[in-house]
Amino acid sequence: MRMETIPGLARRALPSYWDLAAFIIVVAVLVGIVSGSNGVAVPLPPPEAPVVDLDYWNLPYYALRTTLRMFAALAASLLFTFVYASLCAKSRRAEMVLIPILDILQSVPILGFLSFTVTFFLGLFPGRVLGAECAAVFAIFTSQAWNMAFSFYQSLRTVPKDLDEVSRGFQLTGWQKFWQLEAPFAVPGLVWNMMVSMSGGWFFVVASEAITVGDVTIKLPGIGSYLAVAIDGKRLDAVFAAILTMLVVILAYDQILFRPIVAWAAKFRVEMTASSSDPSSWVLTVFKRSKWLQTLLAPLGWSLRKIRFARLRLPAFGKMSLTPPRLVAIGIDWGWYLLITVAVVFAGWKIAEYVSTTLGWNDAYEALGLTLVTMVRVIALIALASLVWVPIGVWIGLRPHIAEYVQPIAQFLAAFPVNVLFPFVVAGIVAFHLDPDIWLSFLIVFGTQWYILFNVIAGASAFPADLKEVAANFHVKGWLWWKHVMLPGIFPYYFTGALTASGGSWNAAIVAEYVKWGDDKVTAHGIGAFIAKATEAGDFPRIVLGVAMMSIFVTLLNRFGWRRLFAIAERRLRLD
Amino acid sequence: MATVNAATLLDVHHVRQRYRNASGEEGSLVLDDISIKLIEGEIVGLLGRSGCGKSSLLRIVSGLNRPSEGDVSFLGTPVNGAVDGVAMVFQSFALFPWMSVLANVELGLKVQGVPDDEARRRALSAIDLIGLDGFESAYPKELSGGMRQRVGFARALVVNPKILLMDEPFSALDVLTAETLRTDLLDLWCEGRMPIKSILMVTHNIEEAVLMCDRIIVLSSNPGRIAAEIRVNLAHPRNRLDPEFRQLVNEIYARMTARPVQKEPARDGAFPGLGLGMALPSVSTNSLAGLMETLAMKPFDGHAGLPALAEETGMEVDELFPIAETLQLMRFAEMGDGQIHLSEAGQRFVNADVDVRKKLFGDHLLSYVPLATRIRRVLDERPTHRAPLNRFLSELEDYMSDDYADATLDAVTNWGRYGEIFAYDETAQIFSLEDPT
Repeated sequence: MRMETIPGLARRALPSYWDLAAFIIVVAVLVGIVSGSNGVAVPLPPPEAPVVDLDYWNLPYYALRTTLRMFAALAASLLFTFVYASLCAKSRRAEMVLIPILDILQSVPILGFLSFTVTFFLGLFPGRVLGAECAAVFAIFTSQAWNMAFSFYQSLRTVPKDLDEVSRGFQLTGWQKFWQLEAPFAVPGLVWNMMVSMSGGWFFVVASEAITVGDVTIKLPGIGSYLAVAIDGKRLDAVFAAILTMLVVILAYDQILFRPIVAWAAKFRVEMTASSSDPSSWVLTVFKRSKWLQTLLAPLGWSLRKIRFARLRLPAFGKMSLTPPRLVAIGIDWGWYLLITVAVVFAGWKIAEYVSTTLGWNDAYEALGLTLVTMVRVIALIALASLVWVPIGVWIGLRPHIAEYVQPIAQFLAAFPVNVLFPFVVAGIVAFHLDPDIWLSFLIVFGTQWYILFNVIAGASAFPADLKEVAANFHVKGWLWWKHVMLPGIFPYYFTGALTASGGSWNAAIVAEYVKWGDDKVTAHGIGAFIAKATEAGDFPRIVLGVAMMSIFVTLLNRFGWRRLFAIAERRLRLD
Repeated sequence: MATVNAATLLDVHHVRQRYRNASGEEGSLVLDDISIKLIEGEIVGLLGRSGCGKSSLLRIVSGLNRPSEGDVSFLGTPVNGAVDGVAMVFQSFALFPWMSVLANVELGLKVQGVPDDEARRRALSAIDLIGLDGFESAYPKELSGGMRQRVGFARALVVNPKILLMDEPFSALDVLTAETLRTDLLDLWCEGRMPIKSILMVTHNIEEAVLMCDRIIVLSSNPGRIAAEIRVNLAHPRNRLDPEFRQLVNEIYARMTARPVQKEPARDGAFPGLGLGMALPSVSTNSLAGLMETLAMKPFDGHAGLPALAEETGMEVDELFPIAETLQLMRFAEMGDGQIHLSEAGQRFVNADVDVRKKLFGDHLLSYVPLATRIRRVLDERPTHRAPLNRFLSELEDYMSDDYADATLDAVTNWGRYGEIFAYDETAQIFSLEDPT
């Protein structure tokens, strides 16, 4: 396990006008979707909802449906990644707008999207289950695509110069260069991000298969709906069965799909030393050694190779030798700026118009206050989780034989959609009359704390032996040891974990601050509950307000908090 | 040589190249008025130190970059973009790590749409020729540096180029490996077993140039100009110990240390006399002190020929020259005619203890390095005695590319810290006069 760069962080830290423009555009698109489909939504007859049956024997089928949804979303994310990131990397003008938009999209709480997109897709396929399916896949897609696109974009921008020169020297076409150089170079980062995306996706499957927007309730056959029905009926046994099924499915795709891919992706690393700890996978080994499978797949490999070497010329990415004269280029630039400005102003006006029809300043102040509450909650709980898991992670990381067993478990826990466990907590809170503002808070880091644990373990395992020996030799112990030896050593790793955890926690707030168990509802104060309640009520202006407010906070926190820390980690605390 | 014109493969005609910064504006010259003709059957070496633009020139010749002015033609047709018939070997090998040796070699053929079996046959014969038998299915990371560069050669040769361009192909290899590869390549060349008609190579290693080339073009630095053209008429295989060989090496050393005669008027126009536009190499104070000490000791006793000094210290020209030049800039040594001479101040430095050395170094730094003088003056003038790094960086970027500005400021920062003429806080990126407490 190595530290991977976090997409998007290595760039400038301060928010710029571009970010503001991107933010306005993103929100305006949301508003557009909502107001476009608003009228359609109400008279729409709810699609003939297939009944979700709590019989255990249905679980394998539901698991299959859910998994298919996940992979459909993953395929869409890949396609999006290739197109969007390539466009950003090849066109300076597109990059100016698209990258800040991606940045904002990454900070938008995706669960808040759910209500918009469900409405939109139901409107697209009136009265048919297909609309709901698309909405669910799209919800998963929005949780997977952004970081993959960022990773791919950064790989495209950092393709080694000498390999680029070789490709140009041999006159590879844009198409050939993409498959021979750019895509392979991006594989390790992309695979890692795909795995993170997949883990995140489970969380959204559970949330998106059974959703209520206003008076429309949709339940698609899948584990998520099964669970929702089980919770509604307070059937503990069914909840357990669903959780067990999910465990099996996650283990299965990890072994059958991701481990082989990771093992295969190792060969795309641009490092010129043979590493002793290359990841291995029994599936890949079987695959490589089985003559039978090889023969079966040979024609496929052959045609793929033909496609990759086809002398296709991608029109826009072909030779850049036709550079227009300087004055013309400046002219086009200004035209482009003007166009963006007009679009942003128009978008801003539309948002103001939409939100101000039903909402006043008081609602804005309320949302602001609630976001602050949620922010305090997120920061406090990440800090608390760090206090607990950093010492434990270091202890484990320094003992390789234990780390070997704990590391996969921690990674697995990070992939597990903890929102399925929330009902138990609610039952507890109701039974013991606990304060939801305090006890619901823990749910926020329930699923995300594992990122901190497994990154810290990785950091402590990678801590150089000679530095450990120096510390022992000079009798550095106790607090001094933590302060001067171990904490700086694991900081970059801890940082990666804490950042991922923080991002996930904001999203979790939407489901964690407002939880149901049968008819019992428990609410904490916070923007998450604000959004969740508005979703349930189908109050679109409030959802827009809540999502926008949360996005602003997450963006600012990323820029002013995390990126500063990242810069320090990069400059001072790198051990290689 | 009656048919000189007919056999001209490559014609570089009055090429100029300028720095280009991130926003695409053009700055000062990298290459100035370069004209070279490459004729069939010769190996031509471009010899110069780092920063003389020799690699830029190679990329212009190959069509990867375009010159700001002037043009290049290959077999009479102007070069606009990469051309068939020119292949390049890279210093860093530039192998695709995810492709096997065979796939790396086949790449150029596949891209052209050569049928699979023919591509396989040609690749295997190139691999055979270059001595890579048995490694076809290996991946680059499993190979040693020498073997990797052999893949680089095979990949270049398999497309049957007329001209082979080599960008310091041996400088990333250890001494023994480099020598083996050079000899193997020369053998193939002399026996005419390669398809290529001519080789153009970039190097900073004088002996390598004399060993391999029929013609050596010496480039001066900042901007790169043709300083001299030297014909090597020794027969292959050449012997490094041959007196004629040694004579040539010494001659080239002398050429490369010859002081530039004319003052360049335009380059430091904005700050007359300050000389801020001087790009400085990142040389550590330890290397400076070490070279002075070596010079002061026997057998040199304060005076050495550069080839002998290079041999004694085990350094290559590229490493030795920047140190020697910095010493010259700070008046700790005198250089010229391939010789270096420790100055009186240099002698004092060698004999002094640590504190006196630092004081002496600081004094010379302030007197002879304009950028150091400037930083110190700004700090003295400001009431807070603090100034951000970026202030000086942007000033430097008016004169040179970003990379050189970084390196220059980095060098002066380190020298200034050693000479204790100012302090620098890396985290805040601020120069100041106070020492950290």
